[in-house]
Formats: sequence, C-alpha cells, structure tokens
Amino acid sequence: MTLDKKKNMDDLDRKIIAATQSGLPLVKEPYQAIAQQLNIEPELLMQHMRAMLKTGQIRRIGAVPNHYKLGYTANAMSVWNVPDDKIYELGQQLGALSFVSHCYERPRFLPEWPYNLFAMLHGKSKDEVAEKVQEVVTLLGEHCAGYELLYSKQILKKTGLRLKEPSPK
Amino acid sequence: MLTHLEKQLLNDYQQGIPLVSEPYSEIAREISLKGFSVSEQEIIDTLSSLKERGLISRVGPVFQPKAVGSSTLAAIAVPENRLVEVADIVSGFTQVNHNYEREHQFNLWFVVTAGTQIEVEQVLHTIEQKTGLSVMNLPMEQDYHINLGFPLWC
Repeated sequence: MTLDKKKNMDDLDRKIIAATQSGLPLVKEPYQAIAQQLNIEPELLMQHMRAMLKTGQIRRIGAVPNHYKLGYTANAMSVWNVPDDKIYELGQQLGALSFVSHCYERPRFLPEWPYNLFAMLHGKSKDEVAEKVQEVVTLLGEHCAGYELLYSKQILKKTGLRLKEPSPK
Repeated sequence: MLTHLEKQLLNDYQQGIPLVSEPYSEIAREISLKGFSVSEQEIIDTLSSLKERGLISRVGPVFQPKAVGSSTLAAIAVPENRLVEVADIVSGFTQVNHNYEREHQFNLWFVVTAGTQIEVEQVLHTIEQKTGLSVMNLPMEQDYHINLGFPLWC
C-alpha cells in the first residue's frame, strides 16, 4: 500500500473496522446501532463505508459462509509456476473461475519454491477438487511449467481479522 | 437441510448487502421482487439462524487485509516429530490468524497480519529464533480474485 493511501485511512476508518469486523448486528437498523456505539451520525458511518468500498478497503458487505460447515470440506491450495510476463493475464483468468476463492501472485523462493501463482480451490470431495485442477491445467496449457496441490491436513488456528481500536492520542 | 430462503441468502448475499439504513428490509424487497414473498423479520431471523448454526461466520464487511495493515503468507518445513511444538509456537502469536498443516515438505502454512510491515517481519524473525527453523516469506504481490463470492450451489 502506498503511503498516501495509509494517510487517508483516518482514525474513524480504523474505529469502523474495529466495530464491524466481527459482523453487523442482525437488527432492523444495523448501521445506526454501530454509529451509536461509535458516537457518530449513521450517515457519516455509511458515507465512510461507501468510500471504503470504493477504494477496495472493504471488499464486499455480505454473509460470510463457513465452507466446512456447508459441506465443502475439501480445499487445496494450488500453486503454479507460470512465466512472469504472462502472470497478469493468467491470474485474471484463474481468479474469475467460480471454484477459486483466492488467487494471488506471490514471489518465488528459489530453489525450493518455484511457484508464483496461488489459487485456493474448493470442493465437496478430493475427487471434485481434482477435477477442478484439471480445468486449471487446461486453462493454463503450455504456460504451466509445473504445479503442486497442498491439501490441508488440519486447521491449527483460524480467527477473523483482528484489529485493535486505535489508542487515544 | 437448507430452506429455499437460506440457500438464496447464502448464494446471493455473500456480497451486495445494501449500505442503507434498513438493509434487511431492502433484501426482503429484492427477494420479493424475484417472486418469493418474504418479510424483513424473516430475513433477520434466517440470517440469525444461519449464524447460530455456524453456517455463516458473520454478516458484514469483508476488509482487504492490506487495508488494515500489513500481512503475509509464510511456510516452514517442519520435521514431523516437531510439528506440534512448532505449530504451538506459531499459533501463540496474536498476529497469526491462520495456521494450517498441509501435506507437503513445507507442512506448516500461516498468515501473519500486523499494523506495519516491520511488525510482520519481527514476528517472522522471532519465529525463526524460537524454532531454529527458517521461514519462507511469501507476501502477496497481486490479487487476481474477482469478488463474485463463492457459488455454493451451481
């Protein structure tokens, strides 16, 4: 993130993140409830949240599904080695697939780790995930110099984003 | 078993919960327009039930990790007989919000999120010191995911 963007994130934005990161209350007027808690006008809260949506600081506002509980128990972190000059185009194609929940470019860590494109694949079984992998193999075609699948064996820790409230100045 | 309304909320409202003073009333209106008459209270009750049953973790904004500080994905190749010990050390950091064992020589994968990049690097450094193992640091360089939400019944 650039310094400018950081500067733009004022204390109120941080307070809004802290107050909403564990979810909106399921009441008739949730934004009013949060605004009351922050001691601001609801319109100011919504105005800031609209701005944060626009800049991408808020990716979306929605129901956050728990894939495991919904039966999507198989997930594989797939990692791909693609040419650097093709990664932008291929990453966008991969990121648009319906069964991909995250798709990131990351640095290689040579020699042990030649992969630069990460995509999280979900399915109801390992077989279903394996089918999805084949779709990706077909999509990447000759540009794929290698890939691996890293199935999760156990979740050792998983918590939502935690941000402390800004300390008073 | 999920009801029709539950499936509809799970599928169609992973994003796009309206930023208006009465969002659940607006959702009821949108769904009713599609020919399935439903009240605001039913929307609130159904979302509350999904949350109580753990099928959704929350209803609210999803923040870009970078928007709230700095984060990275890191991995360690842990000898099998040290896995529990090393995993406990890693999970012990409040800055570690995900920690997974995966089937690979690099078998421990975790996400470190902190207010600043310096703090993230300090955590990685401390983990290396405490475990005597090297950490592979793979910060995100580009996000390619298009935020359509995850289709649960396609």
